[in-house]
Amino acid sequence: MNSRILMMEAGRVLVGTLVCALVLPFIVDVHTATLLTIYAMLALSLGFIWGFGGILCFGQAAFYGLGAYTYALAAINFNGAWAAFALAILVPAVFAGLLGALMFYGRLSDVYLAVVTLVVTLILFKFFNSTAGPTYRIGEARLGGFNGIPGFPTLTVPGDPGTYIYGAGLFYFTIALLALVYLGLRLTLLSPFGRIIVSLRENEERTELLGYDVRFYKSAAFALSGGLAGLAGCLFANWAEIVTPGLFSLGQSAEIIIWVIVGGLGTLIGPMIGAALLGYLKFVLGHQSAVDNSFIMGVLLIVVVLFLQEGLVPTVARFMKAGLRRPSSKKSRRQRRRKRAVSNAG
Amino acid sequence: MDFAVVVTVEILHSIAVLVLISSGLAVIFGMMRVINLAHGEFLTLGGYVAILGHRSGLNLYFCMLVLAPVVVGLWGLIVERLVVRWLYGRLINTMLATWGLSLAMTGAFSMIFGNTMTGIPNPLSGLTVGNYQIGGYSLFLIAAAALVMLVIYIVLKATRAGLIARGAMQRPDMAQAFGLNISHVYMTTFAAGAALSGLAGALLAPLVGLSPGSGANYIAKAFITVISGGASVVTGTIASAGLFGSISQIFTLVTSSVGGEIALLVAAVVLLRLMPVGITGRFFKGWT
Amino acid sequence: MINRRHFLATTAAMAGALSLPSILRAQSGDPIKLGSILDVSGIFDAYGKPMDMAATLAVEELNAAGGLLGRQIEKVSYDTQSDMALYTQFAQQLVRSDKVHVVHGGILSASREAIRPTLRKANVPYFYNVLYEGGVCDRNIVCTGITPAQQIEVLIPAAIEKFGKKVYVLAADYNYGQITAKWMSHYVGENGGEVLATEFFPLDVSDFGATIAKIQEAKPDLVLSALVGGAHLSFYRQWAASGMKDRIPLASSTLGSGNEHLVLTPQEGNGIMVAYSWSPSIDIPANKAFLDKWKTRFGDVATINEFAVNNYQGIHLWAEAVKKANTVDHDPVIEALESGIGIDGPSGKIAIDPQTHHAVLDMQLMEIRDQSLSVIKSFSQRQPIDTQKFCDLKANPDDNKQYEIDI
Repeated sequence: MNSRILMMEAGRVLVGTLVCALVLPFIVDVHTATLLTIYAMLALSLGFIWGFGGILCFGQAAFYGLGAYTYALAAINFNGAWAAFALAILVPAVFAGLLGALMFYGRLSDVYLAVVTLVVTLILFKFFNSTAGPTYRIGEARLGGFNGIPGFPTLTVPGDPGTYIYGAGLFYFTIALLALVYLGLRLTLLSPFGRIIVSLRENEERTELLGYDVRFYKSAAFALSGGLAGLAGCLFANWAEIVTPGLFSLGQSAEIIIWVIVGGLGTLIGPMIGAALLGYLKFVLGHQSAVDNSFIMGVLLIVVVLFLQEGLVPTVARFMKAGLRRPSSKKSRRQRRRKRAVSNAG
Repeated sequence: MDFAVVVTVEILHSIAVLVLISSGLAVIFGMMRVINLAHGEFLTLGGYVAILGHRSGLNLYFCMLVLAPVVVGLWGLIVERLVVRWLYGRLINTMLATWGLSLAMTGAFSMIFGNTMTGIPNPLSGLTVGNYQIGGYSLFLIAAAALVMLVIYIVLKATRAGLIARGAMQRPDMAQAFGLNISHVYMTTFAAGAALSGLAGALLAPLVGLSPGSGANYIAKAFITVISGGASVVTGTIASAGLFGSISQIFTLVTSSVGGEIALLVAAVVLLRLMPVGITGRFFKGWT
Repeated sequence: MINRRHFLATTAAMAGALSLPSILRAQSGDPIKLGSILDVSGIFDAYGKPMDMAATLAVEELNAAGGLLGRQIEKVSYDTQSDMALYTQFAQQLVRSDKVHVVHGGILSASREAIRPTLRKANVPYFYNVLYEGGVCDRNIVCTGITPAQQIEVLIPAAIEKFGKKVYVLAADYNYGQITAKWMSHYVGENGGEVLATEFFPLDVSDFGATIAKIQEAKPDLVLSALVGGAHLSFYRQWAASGMKDRIPLASSTLGSGNEHLVLTPQEGNGIMVAYSWSPSIDIPANKAFLDKWKTRFGDVATINEFAVNNYQGIHLWAEAVKKANTVDHDPVIEALESGIGIDGPSGKIAIDPQTHHAVLDMQLMEIRDQSLSVIKSFSQRQPIDTQKFCDLKANPDDNKQYEIDI
């Protein structure tokens, strides 16, 4: 059964990726398109853990920043940038796994989970922000405090250390990775592991009574999400060629949450679209100074929470389906259940 | 000896600041289980109201103690009617909507007031203790924080309004059956919480400068204090503010200002790990 | 794998070819494009807004005088919203799609380091017009703001002579603060003083109660502050509120550069000693003309600060270099800048030091008095001696880094 679904999914992803890869650089320039793709990956990492695992992490920026910093520090210290690339996924994943274990084995949930993830982000922010002194160094690399770390080596073409992957090359590399990650998450959700994660969202007690170690599965899903955010951070470091503590800021965490909720919770495609659209909006708003950008983002968030609770993608999808045929009662029941689950997750 | 007095006052002062900045959030969270992430901006608004009032020639104490709470309370009322009341019972959705409100208010502040620092002069001069100076205003803040806690306690425990509020929060269905208008109780409680935030923001304005983004400096600390305190408004706030205020100030004195902040945050994580539902516990059982 | 590698290599090569500066840049008659990239909103806009106004003023002034080389100047501005990611993004935009001839901007050191490599790769001259910690050594950049040595060298001897030898240093915890604190202790030592303690504060700290207690315990003759930004302003309030202001005097390397003295009351601010390159009360024709023009264009001259003046002078220095080179092309303009070029700006004569691409300018030792900066003493033509210690672009034209100043 899986192989057929896999083929269909892979086909769809391939077509979608090709369309995006060909069209995006014409709408925005390649450089911006790369950033939007990175944002999409970041949104995907939260969209997975929040939309499917029902765990709202207020500190996704922590893993993102950790990925970026790990890459920068490792790239300065090691010769090969690809070792740094691997570490930049591994370190945030392990960190998220440990943090998740700390929280889930302590039975923290809901708002307490939100506060712990937020506090951890703040600790990392404060720590990296106060490392301007010359005593803070890891190997060859100075942590740099508020000013961050500039000028680390970026990714090179494997086997040819002289050729850097940048510009259009980085864009195609990023979008290919995003497609792989998306496909990987789809498969994960179809696997037994994914089904357990979703069942956790639906009813944690029942899942536990069925004999699954809820704490373990939650921690593992958290680690996966952290690793993906770390990958996004690593790509960001390669794109920006500088990492700063601002990556860990509350504002960054807020933005990720806004992308996901605007795009659509409980889908994988929604967060990506939300991230790309809002990232682009932010970029466009930078061209004018009449209306404050945060004012617009704030009003947008309020409007979405009040009137568009499911987010863009599910709403649009529902309208399109309603146009074709009346939704079956089974479907709307499922929708109601998901809505409830989402607010319970809160 | 003199130095010990100075240090004690500093610790009490930092506890008082935590109490003030979290009291409004604590009332709204403790009573209604709503997390108002625009709380920091409510504080900032209180500060701006006090500054504008003072600039237009009104008495400073009137602006801080009356005008700011009233204006921010009214703003809270509007926010409750327009946004929050549609989202009761959905904790995460209220958090997100108020987060949006927080961003929008920050943006509005910088469009209206410009993104510069403003402030009002400090009304009280310093006191001399032996060879040391302490701020007179610190003592005023300590007294104000104690008074705020006392008033909240009396209102909740000893007045009819407090009784109604507590009843309506614990058993909305029963309260409704007795003919109370639940919606009005929620509205009033939210406005009261907002008014407390306005008061706190105005009281802090002479001490710290004010800019549109000031709210962000408060929100995390207030959030941590309230959640760690648990659902009980007065006991919870005093307990966690006392703990965190002492820890951060002692670490600041011994190490550095970063040391103090990180100590506070680490203490919060450890505390929540050991007591997953805050110091006063019992998350969904309402006020105790 | 082979295929992807090949694919990446070709696309990278293609992108490289596309990003090369086009030989067929603007023909004469097309406007000259000046890119401006500043935080006009967000937490740093107290600096960014006046800088943007100054840029507008400078460009309008140049255009009114017939433009440059007979061509009008077009200002292409982006608001980076105090977000470092947007700096890289807009810098790419300026270079690739707008194809500007020069970029002025950046406020924080982090923002400068974010865009400096992009502009260097694209061969677009970059002017960083902000006071900063010094040490940047790159032939493509010109730094027209003052660096710590220029400022501290003037401030410390005067403060020690007036107030006493025991000093307590407070500084913002980032590169600027760390390096400035080093220079502070260097000059305190050189002037026979002694640093009792140095404390660093992250930029969002606004409660200084514990520090004020510590300072009282240490009993210095003088407190030196390199505190930065809005939150740190609370220190001056709390210091005055505790009654310490009348007991221990203050000197600062940062207070007033963003017009902070207008926010403090006279009781809180009076008597604090500072040193900058510009003051509204400098009595020279260039400054008066500048104030008049600003008043006509924007109304309120109180919005002008050190940053705005630096940006204004930076643009005029670039215009001077273009005139001298008689082209906007990269290499001739840089060479013209290295010919010891200078202008008479609002802060007095300002020239480019060819060795470091930093500014040689006048310094004013000042005191805050009733919400204004009043000049005590002027120092003419101070060299950027901190950067000169490490950086020699004449000897190493390919140098491309920020040196950590270690005294």
